[in-house]
Amino acid sequence: MSAGLPADQSVGTRRGTPVLEPGYTYGSVTEKISAIVLTRPTTRGWWLGFGVSFLMVMMLFYTISYLIAVGVGIWGINIPVGWGFAIVNFVWWIGIGHAGTLISAILLLLNQKWRTSINRFAEAMTLFAVACAGLFPLLHAGRPWYAYWMFPYPSTMGIWPQFRSPLVWDVFAVSTYFTVSLMFWFVGLIPDFATLRDRATSRARQKTYGMLAMGWRGSARHWHRYQSAYLLLAGLATPLVVSVHTVVSLDFAVAIVPGWHTTIFPPYFVAGAIYSGFAMVLTLAIPLRAIYKLEDFITMRHLENMAKVMLATGLIVGYGYIVEFFMAWYGGNTYEIFLSLNRLAGPYRLFYWALIACNIIAPQFLWFRRVRTSVLALFVMSIIVNIGMWLERFVIVVVSLHRDFMPSAWGMYSPRIWDWTMFAGTIGLFLALLFLFLRFLPVISITEMRELVAGTQSSDKK
Amino acid sequence: MQASTHTRGLPRIYGLMAEFDSTAQLVAAAERCRAAGFQYVNAYTPFPVEGLAEVLGFRRSNVPLLTLIGGILGGAGGYFMQYWMAAMDYPLNVGGRPLNSWPMFIPVTFEMTVLGAAIFAVLGMLALNKLPMPHHPVFNAPRFALASNDRFFLCIEARDPKFDRVATEKFLESLNAHDVNEVEN
Amino acid sequence: MDCSKHNKREGHPAAGQPLDLHAARERLRHTTGKTYWRSLEELSLDPQFTELLHREFPRQASEWPEADAVGRRDFLKLMAASLALGGLSAGCARKPSETIVPYVRTPEGMTLGKALYFATAMPLGASAIGLLVESHEGRPTKIEGNPDHPGSLGATDVFAQAAVLELYDPDRSQVLTHLGDIRAWSSFLAEARVVVEALKSTKGARFRVLTGSVISPTLGDQLQSLLAQFPDARWHQWEPAGSDGAREGARLAFGRYVNTIYRVDKADVIVSLDADFLASGPGGIRYAREFARRRRPDVPGGMNRLYVAEPTPSVTGASADHRLAVRASEVSELAEWIHSQLTSGRLSDTGKNSGSEEKNRWASAVAHDLQKYRGKSLVIAGEHQPAAVHAMAHAINQSLANVGATVLYTEPVEAGPTNQLESLRELTNDMKAGNVELLLILGGNPVYDAPADFQFAELLKNVRTRIHLALFEDETSQLCHWHIPEAHFLESWSDTRAYDGTASVIQPLIAPLYHGKTAHEVLGAFSDQPSRTSYEIVREYWKSRAGGSDFEKPWRKSLHDGVIAGTAFAPLHVAAKVASSSRAIGSAAQARSGGAPWEVVFRPDPAIYDGRFANNGWLQETPKPVTKLTWDNAAIVSPASAQKMGLQQRVAATGGEHGQTLSEVIELDVNGSKVTAAAWILPGQAEATVTLHLGYGRWRPGRVGIQKGFNAYAVRASSGLWSASGAALRKTGARYPLACTQAHYNMESGRNLIRGTTLAEFHKDPKFGDEDAPPKSLSLYKEYQYAGYAWGMAIDLNACIGCNSCVVACQSENNIPVVGKEQVMRGREMHWIRIDRYFEGDIDTPATYFQPVPCMQCENAPCEEVCPVGATVHSAEGLNDMVYNRCIGTRYCSNNCPYKVRRFNFLRFADWETPSLKLLRNPEVTVRSRGVMEKCTYCVQRINAGRMEAEKQNREIRDGEIVTACQASCPTEAIIFGNANDPHSRVAKLKAQPRNYALLADLNTRPRTTYLAAVRNPNPELETPEKR
Repeated sequence: MSAGLPADQSVGTRRGTPVLEPGYTYGSVTEKISAIVLTRPTTRGWWLGFGVSFLMVMMLFYTISYLIAVGVGIWGINIPVGWGFAIVNFVWWIGIGHAGTLISAILLLLNQKWRTSINRFAEAMTLFAVACAGLFPLLHAGRPWYAYWMFPYPSTMGIWPQFRSPLVWDVFAVSTYFTVSLMFWFVGLIPDFATLRDRATSRARQKTYGMLAMGWRGSARHWHRYQSAYLLLAGLATPLVVSVHTVVSLDFAVAIVPGWHTTIFPPYFVAGAIYSGFAMVLTLAIPLRAIYKLEDFITMRHLENMAKVMLATGLIVGYGYIVEFFMAWYGGNTYEIFLSLNRLAGPYRLFYWALIACNIIAPQFLWFRRVRTSVLALFVMSIIVNIGMWLERFVIVVVSLHRDFMPSAWGMYSPRIWDWTMFAGTIGLFLALLFLFLRFLPVISITEMRELVAGTQSSDKK
Repeated sequence: MQASTHTRGLPRIYGLMAEFDSTAQLVAAAERCRAAGFQYVNAYTPFPVEGLAEVLGFRRSNVPLLTLIGGILGGAGGYFMQYWMAAMDYPLNVGGRPLNSWPMFIPVTFEMTVLGAAIFAVLGMLALNKLPMPHHPVFNAPRFALASNDRFFLCIEARDPKFDRVATEKFLESLNAHDVNEVEN
Repeated sequence: MDCSKHNKREGHPAAGQPLDLHAARERLRHTTGKTYWRSLEELSLDPQFTELLHREFPRQASEWPEADAVGRRDFLKLMAASLALGGLSAGCARKPSETIVPYVRTPEGMTLGKALYFATAMPLGASAIGLLVESHEGRPTKIEGNPDHPGSLGATDVFAQAAVLELYDPDRSQVLTHLGDIRAWSSFLAEARVVVEALKSTKGARFRVLTGSVISPTLGDQLQSLLAQFPDARWHQWEPAGSDGAREGARLAFGRYVNTIYRVDKADVIVSLDADFLASGPGGIRYAREFARRRRPDVPGGMNRLYVAEPTPSVTGASADHRLAVRASEVSELAEWIHSQLTSGRLSDTGKNSGSEEKNRWASAVAHDLQKYRGKSLVIAGEHQPAAVHAMAHAINQSLANVGATVLYTEPVEAGPTNQLESLRELTNDMKAGNVELLLILGGNPVYDAPADFQFAELLKNVRTRIHLALFEDETSQLCHWHIPEAHFLESWSDTRAYDGTASVIQPLIAPLYHGKTAHEVLGAFSDQPSRTSYEIVREYWKSRAGGSDFEKPWRKSLHDGVIAGTAFAPLHVAAKVASSSRAIGSAAQARSGGAPWEVVFRPDPAIYDGRFANNGWLQETPKPVTKLTWDNAAIVSPASAQKMGLQQRVAATGGEHGQTLSEVIELDVNGSKVTAAAWILPGQAEATVTLHLGYGRWRPGRVGIQKGFNAYAVRASSGLWSASGAALRKTGARYPLACTQAHYNMESGRNLIRGTTLAEFHKDPKFGDEDAPPKSLSLYKEYQYAGYAWGMAIDLNACIGCNSCVVACQSENNIPVVGKEQVMRGREMHWIRIDRYFEGDIDTPATYFQPVPCMQCENAPCEEVCPVGATVHSAEGLNDMVYNRCIGTRYCSNNCPYKVRRFNFLRFADWETPSLKLLRNPEVTVRSRGVMEKCTYCVQRINAGRMEAEKQNREIRDGEIVTACQASCPTEAIIFGNANDPHSRVAKLKAQPRNYALLADLNTRPRTTYLAAVRNPNPELETPEKR
């Protein structure tokens, strides 16, 4: 959606590779993208991928059942480390869930044409990641069946949530984020549903997509309101994206634990979120364009731009690390200083150095154009960054907790099998949802591609 | 309108639908219709065409206003909820913090603002567009399925006082439309 | 709420299959003659019942079984059966007609929901402490000390606190058996009659009775009359943790057995020669209090000074101003040097040429100090030191004119003091020679704890009839024909004596749960009146003593007070023969010379004593004072020795410093007998000395104690009961996980958690302790005003000796679950109050500090702010309340607690099934479910009880009216609780002291619990520059 601005003739001919290879018509983009959903047969590869991830989902369900039956004691957590994998994974998933809305919203406002072909599945990714993230705060509670007490509802106890607690802020931020992202995604889908409805051959599909399209018929007046609503959503989603990870970072920053109690956290968490978010988009986009032959839509230019964003946010994150150390030294607080040293040389030092390698060293290769333009290199890089960001959360959560104020209460945390199955399970859930999405919804916004065509084609064909 | 109903009883047709190949032709045609004094003209396109709505005499949408209202309601409601719960309904001494610890109430207030605004924006848009509406006469138009693909349609509705089954068809054809069809009601 | 609870409920009596009464009747019809049956179950031979009898128990219930529902269910079935047994048989049992008299604090009769307090006493080893036992609707739930009792003064030790759990232990033996078959008490009586008749002819030759140290006057009297009845019978005594040294030392010095009493509060200088007098041995609790009273820097008469020379760190050593780590065998010569210095003013030759520079310096400094405080000093010899050292201590005290001032001698407390080692040796010899036909073992567990070289278990088989009375069906019962379930002291009538001879009547709090019998009744079975109840026996004994016309009144009074007036022994006037003392020392030194590199030291375990408490989960899980180990004992070696041997121990990745330490397994070879043990490196341990704690490695302790630690008795020979030279250590290369709750010794620089200074420094700068509390103006918010009561606590680090009794008291008061070794190793123990232990200074001779850490009840509680559901909030009186039923278990509060005093139910730790444990619970305190956070509440239930009383009488709560469980049990009055708003309250006065400081005050949490900094009183002559 070009946001009500005149079709930009220069889009296709910007320096570097274009965002849409030339030679496409309205019809051909419609054809090509809708074919993935409508006509393309379900391949063995799809079944394999979906099957595997489905099995992982089953493992997740098994873990959850056991967890609820026996208790969070099945994890490695203890006193002092009361939060383990559950919260690490929560923050990690939430972070991943940031790129989608960011790409759609912020880039839309900035009129970045290159967002068009990746925003749809980036948004989908956001929703699925947030869904995975949402599981953890609920299930990590000692009595998960009472997790709803965190919502403000008139209870028999007459008591309300405690709004000074960042966990309550989380509840509101994450649920708002999910709702808004869902609406944003769905609104974007409405015209494409209409397309699918009109092109579908089987009755069932016509009906289903018809329902989803809600009778959309592309009336000029509808388009007009539609555009302003979509723009407004984008405008709302942008600060929302920033606020969500800010709130998540406040879970830590509000606490007095050395290593958590830092004002740098909000900006540096947001940067980290975008960092990991783009990494995940790359991780997904690269195989996707290969498998569904979408190289013309998701061009090198997209990949390169995402690489640049990663580099930039990666540097911000690195700055965050440096500031933490500086403040520890400059503030001269015994506990902060100890924490810094404990990160560098304590029992978990390997995690810390691995994190530095993944998040700070590795991305520096993105300075080189040859790396940015090599699909394989980018894919590897994106995986590394995903691992690195997970490690960062581990270091923040576990390493800060395990040695805080009183040496007599120092302890250590090590994950147990159920920590791992839970983590792997959510990855399975994420992939399973993604596979379903690929199969039943257009991975790229057809409408917006048409606009790109309108923009790129000097003259309409007769 | 009255006249037409008297002469022909219940309107048999919804209007006349002209199909165009390109946005340029469509916009041009739309301008001509307006010039010719038609009021009930609407265009159907596979993607938003700049300026088209204005040409068809559609001034402004109320979606932004609704969004603003939603935001204000959400924000005010959000803060009041917290204040009422923490300071009025069930006041508790929590870690020596004041009952109305307003700085701690800001995050939720903000989230509620965004939520309120977003919900109003989307629902407002759908409501003003009278969606969902599973069936609409224009779907009866032949080849209208292409309106969601690569064709552009212009429709002059039968309720238009200047509408005349024959004259209007002629007029539309004169706009070098791809072809013109009757849309049954 | 807790779904998993319900499906675990099956196997409850309701669900258990009904009794086969028909079968029962059939069986009755077909049996001829008299048959005794105790319960329908027995009759119908309910399989569950028989299973129960054969004690085929599944794994320990008190430890969390990681998801093995099956095991639990079986166990429940058995418990169900035992419940039915208990219930039913209690139903048809005779009701005890004895009357017991409630303590003065209770109204006439019992009001439901209102606790009654009864005075009784707990005998342990060679002395007893008086108790007040809280009883709810007839079930004892909590033990307090009896303020009127000289040995308690209101405080208790860990063993007394844990006694209620022992009472309700589901593993206690529950039936009288003969060769494994259940018999009725009456059939035993019949059997006894037959035996007695047989014995009459032989004058009781070949009849032997084996007891522990007998401090019950009545039992002593019974034994005497038994010996009178059977002149040729013999009475032997064996107390594995007893002190022959003290007895024989007295013999050496005075030519007779005497009982030594100290007046610690009168002593300005105290020298402990390997004596852990603050925490163990007769009078320990009283001595700790007297010691602590003189420990306040501002005390009239000045602060006392404590010297301790000991081989292995004890709580006494930890409180010392000067502690010298010496090998056990060197203590004697140290005593000798001190003596010769005092007498001849110079070091003896032995001292000069053999002693190290440090020891000489220490000895002479001590001598000078003692000299300076003649008549106001005190030398105490350790229970586990040989007779010679005791004799020498007597001599020194005499030469310092301390006798009569700080030391008193009285008649022995024991009914029949004797050299128990020799006594047991005699018995085993007789058994070897086949001279024993009938052996009556009253309590004790010699098969497990007799010296290894006696081969007691082997020789026991030579005895034709073996009868064992014990609380548990233990190692000894296994080898005896008759096993008689013993009545717990909370179930029995008896009497006992305190360290100073003060006698108390032990009165039951509850009818015997399993028809247990007391030693009185079993012994009575062999007398002329076999069927007397212990009530009659005890009462008649005292009646005979009283003589006076009206017996009932004083009797009731003594029951009520918990002490029998005027029974304390009068001081004896005896003179120590110095010559014999030094001669003994000489020979002791002889014996020591030419020992192999390693010396082994045996000590009763600080948690499970000599092993009798091995099945007590509370004690097993209590971190031992200095090592902080739980659930295991270890071979303790010094860092230097460990280095020489290349021993290491490392913190495991699971649990870490607060849970699991992997230590190396070593093999000890003590003169031929071997045992493998986990090594533990402990700063302050003497060189080339390995310390083994007794009581572990039992093979029939019950479910809780099974397979815990290693058996030190296996290498404990009669030649070296308490210390043996000539041991060899060998690394096996294996590793063993130890559950240590605080592996981190160091306080870390910059963290003034424990503040300490010397007396001199303190006088210069009294406010040294209080630093870095930020001014209240710093807070953006205006703070809450607490009108009315503001509960607070002050903990005196100078007084705390780290004895742990507060930890167990808290566990008992607040229904705190036991989680088991595996969970402790994951850092999940549940104690609401923990005692932090830090070492300071040189690793070989560190200064040790203890710091009890309950919830600080911060006014600006960081935990409350982050709780999403308001499950922890502040009360109007400033308590940091925990609302269990609102808690959803996010654990955010614990993360945000800088003191880490919050405890989380990671699994369902509380035992909801075991019926007998339900009786144990304090009805005033919720039993927490799984997934809920919990922590110290300042015993809010006691606060509320106190408030109700006050409001009923329409008055303010008086200071000292509300006493928290930890405070009540504390021997040293280190913990004081009260209303900080009342300037006249004790706690307010303490908080006003210059020593007062708040933990981590710089966080501005404003804790209600504050500490009084430690002040030590070192001797300038020995003062080595030490950073504080």
